[in-house]
Amino acid sequence: MAESNESKPVQLIDDESISQKHSSPMGDALRQFRHNKASVVAFFVILFFLFMALTAGIWTQVGLLDHARGYRATHTINPTGWEGVDAWPDPGHCARDNLDRDEQWCAYLSPEEQLRFSDKCGRPDLTEEDLEQRQWCYLLGGDSQGKDWLSQTVYGSQVSLAVAVTGSTVSLIVGIIYGVISGYYGGRLDNVMMRFVDFLYGIPGLVIIILMQVYFREISREYSDSEGIVGFVVGLDKSMGGLFFLFIAIGLLSWIGMARLARGQVLSYREKEFVEAARAVGASDRRIIFVHLLPNVIGPLLVAETLAIPGYIFTEAFLSFIGLGVQPGVPSWGEMISRIRQQGGLFSNRHIVLVPSIALVALTLAFNFFGDGLRDALDPRLRGKV
Amino acid sequence: MTTAIHTEQTSPDVAGVDKHSGKDVLLKVRGLRKHFPIKSGFIFSREVAAVKAVDGLNFDIYRGETLGLVGESGCGKSTTGRTILQLHRATEGLVEYEGVELTTLKGNKLREMRREMQIIFQDPYASLNPRMTVQRIVAEPLLVHGIGDSKSREKRVADLLELVGLNPYFADRYPHEFSGGQRQRIGIARALALDPSFIVCDEPISALDVSIQAQVVNLLEQLQADLGLTYLFIAHDLSMVRHICDRVAVMYLGKIVELAESEELYTNPLHPYTQALLSAVPVPDPNVEDSRQRIILKGDLPSPANPPVGCNFNTRCPVAVDVCHELEPDLIEILPEHWVACHRVT
Repeated sequence: MAESNESKPVQLIDDESISQKHSSPMGDALRQFRHNKASVVAFFVILFFLFMALTAGIWTQVGLLDHARGYRATHTINPTGWEGVDAWPDPGHCARDNLDRDEQWCAYLSPEEQLRFSDKCGRPDLTEEDLEQRQWCYLLGGDSQGKDWLSQTVYGSQVSLAVAVTGSTVSLIVGIIYGVISGYYGGRLDNVMMRFVDFLYGIPGLVIIILMQVYFREISREYSDSEGIVGFVVGLDKSMGGLFFLFIAIGLLSWIGMARLARGQVLSYREKEFVEAARAVGASDRRIIFVHLLPNVIGPLLVAETLAIPGYIFTEAFLSFIGLGVQPGVPSWGEMISRIRQQGGLFSNRHIVLVPSIALVALTLAFNFFGDGLRDALDPRLRGKV
Repeated sequence: MTTAIHTEQTSPDVAGVDKHSGKDVLLKVRGLRKHFPIKSGFIFSREVAAVKAVDGLNFDIYRGETLGLVGESGCGKSTTGRTILQLHRATEGLVEYEGVELTTLKGNKLREMRREMQIIFQDPYASLNPRMTVQRIVAEPLLVHGIGDSKSREKRVADLLELVGLNPYFADRYPHEFSGGQRQRIGIARALALDPSFIVCDEPISALDVSIQAQVVNLLEQLQADLGLTYLFIAHDLSMVRHICDRVAVMYLGKIVELAESEELYTNPLHPYTQALLSAVPVPDPNVEDSRQRIILKGDLPSPANPPVGCNFNTRCPVAVDVCHELEPDLIEILPEHWVACHRVT
């Protein structure tokens, strides 16, 4: 055909009408996203939290952060500031480090001063290194057991982000597979699959999650030492600080909305002419789904998922708050707030509740703003709509 | 099912136009029906009725010709095109392409046949995947059929783009960067990629500006001359159809009511529906236009889920008599090469 005949172009379209500037859908989206200041800020807030969560261990190792002892003091603090401390050490106050009151005093002097007053401290055997070890400050205060609040908040972000990542991954993968199969193949299969989703949708999710966690708790207690797969799962959960069961509980219902959305998107694109064109050249179902449908439907799904992440974070915080989330001793924001409730100190030390709460609000808001910007960037037609 | 009765009425050879021959039949359609089921019920739904989008078509398409398919919205034109291409599977009937029966083909055999038959769509905005570059769109048929390597495909795409009058330089652009006419050309390039001999043009120009329409029609005609293509040209612009088509079939409610050579049909329409349809075409001569008698049809197109008994057209026909409400007329050859389905035309 084209090779075999000498036909000339009927008439070459004037190239001027095609913009010389190249633009691809992804490039346009990125440009659009950068225009939205709030989303860009939110994006960096998320990145910051992610960075802190991933590097918390490193900070501890290099000594800038310590779970039990707080921030390393950069300078010594007047020891008189120690007076009047109650169960919740105030921000800016330094750790007692299990020394008695006299020794405590010593701990807040510079090494040179401490050596100078070593007789007063009653510990002439302390080396300079020992003394330096003791210089820790609670930048954001500490808890009643003398553990640093800031460090716990940073470690708590690990839990929140782990739940955010797992919840959204499970929801996206399961929801998209389920929704695409249902929407693409249609018919009775679609009908049955969607009635099942409707059924799950009718169940109050939080109640199910709570019941599941109660059940998992019981299983952990019952099978803590057993062999086999149950023992393995329980052990795995224990080593993850209770996160594994939390993932299951949150992931189990998270995909429902995604499945519905994915199905709707596929339905709207399935009848598009470009899909029909692909069918007309004999493209396989797999090719139509992966090459033609998914790239087109994925945008709104990603946006919806981003906007669903705060829900997962709140669910985890809520479960941990009522004691059904992470295991005791694992810092999580919800669990930290719950500890304030149990041990008191809300009035004497208001900052203590603010620290995890602000972190929680900042992260969830960041995901919301980020999702907003993502939606505007991926689908300009939806701008300004919810 | 009720359809069995209709099959007897329109015997398969009623439009056996091949006997008039000399002409080479490329595509043979016999008793083609496409019914879309209307379902109701919870989970285990059952079919309560069917939309009879295409209800018993018989016609041939000759090699190298352009057969026009006209009719008002919802009369089953597009469904006919898609059923011929097996994008919809026929409920009943035969579609023979060069002697190969298509309606029962499956899998790889059908995929092989798809190389021969392609489609050009109406909406140049919906027919190109917005997430793919022009290169990928036009190369997709080649990829699906495993033709060539990526280098040769790139070359082929460049050739095709040139063939349809686009600069291959823009092959790495996305569809949204092109105008409607340019996008339609991309769609044509894609349809030509597999070197087909038969193309269904599903209203390829109705979504375009008038100035662009002419360009695209000329391109289609040029391609037909150069590549020896056969078109099934679906349209509702009657003057464009007259210009481009060798023969024209008029459809009403899933059936062909008249089929004739283009000039014959336009100068001597016999079916009352065709007459009404043609009377609506404006004439660019003020004197003639002033004296043009419009035949205004009463009422709306009946629901294809529940077509009238007897002749489909009897609810709106100005000349209907009793027999029209009882018997379904066959498509018969009233004049040489002029087929009409009407009791009143003899």
